[in-house]
Amino acid sequence: MTAPATPSTALAMDGATGGALVEYLLRLGDDRLVLGHRLSEWCGHAPILEEDIALANIALDLIGQATLLLRLAAQIEGAGRDENALAYLRESIDYHNVLMVELPRGDFAFTVVRQFLFSVAAFYQLEALARSVHEELAGIAAKALKETRYHVRHVGEWVIKLGDGTAESHERAQAALDALWRFTGEMFLMDAVDDTLVRAGIAADMAPVEPKWHAQVTDVVRRATLALPEGAYMQRGGRVGRHTEHLGLMLSEMQILQRSYPGAKW
Amino acid sequence: MVTVARPTDAIWACLDRVMDPEVPVLSVVELGIVRHVEVDDRGAVTVAVTPTYSGCPAMRVIEHDIVEALAVGGWPGVQVRTVFTPAWTTDWIGEGARRKLAEYGIAPPRRGGEGGEGGEGGEGREERGDEALVPLRRSAPRVECPYCHSSATTLRSEFGSTACKAVMYCERCRQPFELFKAI
Repeated sequence: MTAPATPSTALAMDGATGGALVEYLLRLGDDRLVLGHRLSEWCGHAPILEEDIALANIALDLIGQATLLLRLAAQIEGAGRDENALAYLRESIDYHNVLMVELPRGDFAFTVVRQFLFSVAAFYQLEALARSVHEELAGIAAKALKETRYHVRHVGEWVIKLGDGTAESHERAQAALDALWRFTGEMFLMDAVDDTLVRAGIAADMAPVEPKWHAQVTDVVRRATLALPEGAYMQRGGRVGRHTEHLGLMLSEMQILQRSYPGAKW
Repeated sequence: MVTVARPTDAIWACLDRVMDPEVPVLSVVELGIVRHVEVDDRGAVTVAVTPTYSGCPAMRVIEHDIVEALAVGGWPGVQVRTVFTPAWTTDWIGEGARRKLAEYGIAPPRRGGEGGEGGEGGEGREERGDEALVPLRRSAPRVECPYCHSSATTLRSEFGSTACKAVMYCERCRQPFELFKAI
């Protein structure tokens, strides 16, 4: 049967596009699930109560966004999995988050600088995704964008406070920035999955996102009296399942309950 | 002449008695999270709700409360559907509900959506120089203390006890209070 291919049916029916979209949603969802989990590790340990609550709130937003993205991935995949199966029953090799988000939380400066580098990129990416022709993805992005604006401002102010703070906070913020820099490039890499979806008007083209990210990061780094790292070498691998050893350890903790008591609910 | 009420009017009235679990002075209707109510030819009811925040942990409880309240009201087996478009905004909280929030001790949200608690309305926005993601300097918040009505208040944290609230402090009555965050 040959029906005329309107954009929406092509979107729903084309197998290659559907497969690419599942992969794309897993990447978006995994970035947020892993980073949300790393942030949640601060619960009860942050330097002051307000910050403890703020980090937990940002973690909650990220995990909420991950839930929506992974649920949509599972629906499109149609293999009988749901968002919980995707979160709790996949091995690290099947996680497609960028390496930056899986690194151990480090000190408070590391957590804040990482969150800033990620949230600024997420902001501009979500801005583009809110205009996606895929209605559900656009809806999730529009919602996440509002939340991300609060995240960027909060951690951006912290980067300035730490960088332009005491000698020790400056040193720690600079060390964090230096250590994280080589992991930032992976956020803007595009492959066949992105290309297919960008052509279909579904995914965000990261090419225009990167200079916006760079300008915003440079501005805050300068105001924080920090030095922008110059290294050009960028790490990659997370998007295709080649992870650092840290992800497996994190997942073993995150997944232990569902692995030990499959299907447990409370 | 008698006005015939639409069948959904009674359902909306029933939903207006379902309170938000985290802000128990507002109903889910006043909060603006109930988007549509549909009754099909066979009388099956579907209620569309939208979350306040992506990770709002109260959504499951809200769905449960809606199903239960409508079952008691005579509409068993209601389906609750979650919708994301358009994204929820605090601008959907009406005047009456804003008053109830203030009386309950939660300062109502600034109008105009997210972009910070730096000021009240459009004016504050201009002072901040606008859409800067990380503003150089924040203008003093002009949020009125819900207890003593002083405007001498300061923002303690944009993240509070729940995703939708910020923590404020009143310099005059020395009382911390919550602010419903504009989004």
